[in-house]
Amino acid sequence: MNKKILSAVVGAAAVAGMGATVASAATLDDVKAKGFVQCGVSTGLAGFSAPNDAGDWSGIDVDLCRGIAAAVFGDAKAVKFSPLSAKERFTALQSGEIDVLSRNTTWTMSRDTQLGLNFAGVNYYDGQGFMVRKSLGVNSALQLSGASVCVQTGTTTELNLTDYFKANGMTYNPVVFEKLEEVNAAYDANRCDVYTTDQSGLYSIRLGLSAPDEHIVLPEVISKEPLGPAVRQGDDQWFSIVKWVHFAMLNAEEMGVTSANADEMLNSTDPNVMRLLGKEGAFGEAIGVSNDWAYQVIKQVGNYGEVFERNVGATTPLAIARGVNALWTKGGLQYAPPLR
Amino acid sequence: MAHQEGVPAGADDSGRVSLMNDPKARGLVFQALLIIAVIAMVYLGVSNAVANLARAGIASGFGFFSDRAGFDIGQTIIPYTNDSTYLRAFFVGLLNTMVVAVIGIFFATIIGFIVGLARLSKNYLVQKFATVYVETLRNIPLLLQLLFWYKAVLSILPSPREAARETGVEVAFSINNRGLYLPRVIAEDGSSLIFYALAVAIVAWFVIGRWAKKRQIDTGQQFPVFLTGLALVIVLPTLVFFVTGRPLSLEYASLQGFNMVGGWIIQPEFMALLLGLSLYTASFIAEIVRAGILAVSHGQTEAAFALGIRPNLTSRLVIVPQAMRVIIPPLTSQFLNLTKNSSLAVAIGYPDLVSVFGGTVLNQTGQAVEVISITMLVYLALSLMTSAFMNWFNSSVALVER
Repeated sequence: MNKKILSAVVGAAAVAGMGATVASAATLDDVKAKGFVQCGVSTGLAGFSAPNDAGDWSGIDVDLCRGIAAAVFGDAKAVKFSPLSAKERFTALQSGEIDVLSRNTTWTMSRDTQLGLNFAGVNYYDGQGFMVRKSLGVNSALQLSGASVCVQTGTTTELNLTDYFKANGMTYNPVVFEKLEEVNAAYDANRCDVYTTDQSGLYSIRLGLSAPDEHIVLPEVISKEPLGPAVRQGDDQWFSIVKWVHFAMLNAEEMGVTSANADEMLNSTDPNVMRLLGKEGAFGEAIGVSNDWAYQVIKQVGNYGEVFERNVGATTPLAIARGVNALWTKGGLQYAPPLR
Repeated sequence: MAHQEGVPAGADDSGRVSLMNDPKARGLVFQALLIIAVIAMVYLGVSNAVANLARAGIASGFGFFSDRAGFDIGQTIIPYTNDSTYLRAFFVGLLNTMVVAVIGIFFATIIGFIVGLARLSKNYLVQKFATVYVETLRNIPLLLQLLFWYKAVLSILPSPREAARETGVEVAFSINNRGLYLPRVIAEDGSSLIFYALAVAIVAWFVIGRWAKKRQIDTGQQFPVFLTGLALVIVLPTLVFFVTGRPLSLEYASLQGFNMVGGWIIQPEFMALLLGLSLYTASFIAEIVRAGILAVSHGQTEAAFALGIRPNLTSRLVIVPQAMRVIIPPLTSQFLNLTKNSSLAVAIGYPDLVSVFGGTVLNQTGQAVEVISITMLVYLALSLMTSAFMNWFNSSVALVER
């Protein structure tokens, strides 16, 4: 009996000892050791992160993860995706379950400062909007007083909605679900009059409704929703990699480097392009990857413009215009610091 | 070392066994060591979590409770607005959980008793129906049943605009995919007298019951307690209602804009959860009731009949009291299950504790460790309270052995 107690004590001490040494090794080393990037995405939002018929993920957020894999491994396919609900996403990143969260997540001050996260940039400037049935005859969000509103829990959307109705002296009845699919189903079943989320999301969700033509997205945009990838705080190297993969894709578009012409651009004598493609300087080494990292990103994934057009642009069912997401040189907000 | 004969090894010259070899002392030492190890492990775990949270730059502590919540909740029992604190949001969720649990337990017990008795019925149809009910409902996972009630039954009802005839027309009763609409009683000045009358009637019922029982024991004469009591409860408040000038009025729902406004609204999420929980748990309670009744030996019935007691009195006075002793302990587990199962509400959007506090509050504050621990403690406390109450109830019906 005493022997049993003793072994229990020793065992407990061993467990406690292990708990005390939770490692926080550099994310890059962990990623290299396991051979792939674990990327947190949505459970299915067309154009941002959604699996296709064959089970392959595609979307703007997915392409950013592929870009990171291309930069680290030279192989855009070295990614594994974790579909996460809005509620699960930050815990998954904090606990180390995923390496990067690229899941149409709004950059806010509290998330940046209180959750132990760092936002590595903005890969889509969005704003919250409303979708209603055409048959309601509503053409402005200001006519929505008294409506039932479907919304997903754990989002900035839930708070913006409250603020907007309050500011305009209107009432509403929130119907809150945890999973995107549940919100979609409830709205489709007419449980709510209004669906609110980021406008890009509304366009994407509308495609999946039983009768997409019967719904309109109202013109009002009630909030700023800068969506971008997030990483854990305290690992500057990994933070830099994620940040500069995004900037490299923006700079490539600005310089006119595309996945199609990346190989011929290798012969370019423009010093900007030479630095981008790793012909000059050692920018890759500085962040712990090979010097042709940006070349791999552009060659295998494409520049920002290509990614945008491929996933949400005019040729896709979403048909979202570049708008504020155009480069700064074309009147938009997408602006990357120079690569030098 | 040479041992003296007759003295155990390790004993000193005085003849007493040394502490090293005293089994009692050794036992105490190991127990103390174990307690120290457990405390050390808990301390290590907590301080490790706190240190890791601090290093990862994640806010910790319970200060968030007094911050403004900033979000709305669809269904609240206590007054709540988006200006209320997270603490109040916590109570809103807690009360929503408790309401659905208490009402669910109420219906589950009633349905369970009826079905359990029906399973023992001599009527073929009734007995088979009860069997089918039990075997179907207890063998389908609860989550599927909840989704069935919510998505397959309640959400295919017409929308309020389709259900209502015209804007502004008041209806006494309406069921649509936004909920069940019933008239609401509006209390005006002087209405409190009616509630006092009701209270007086209930107390009178109780007093008459005590008196009738005493009289029956003394004289053997019976008194129709139930009918008298029922008449009192109905007549007395009605009388006061008319005497005080009808201070109660009904508010009806009518279609205004998007939704029905006014009246008493029971939302579909609540209905689905209540239906699912009570029907599912009732199937287990039915089996417990059946087992309890079958556990009473048939000799008891025969003995009662031999004394000339009528069949319905036999079951009420002889069978059921004895069956209760077998029924109560497993019934407690079912009540606990129902309370804990109510956390499945999150799947159908009912704002219970897990959805409001473990969902929205967790996300808006980002303090997962604190929020989840509190949520777990709350369920633990609710269960322990239910269990304590049922243990007390059990001891009051248990066989008193002399």
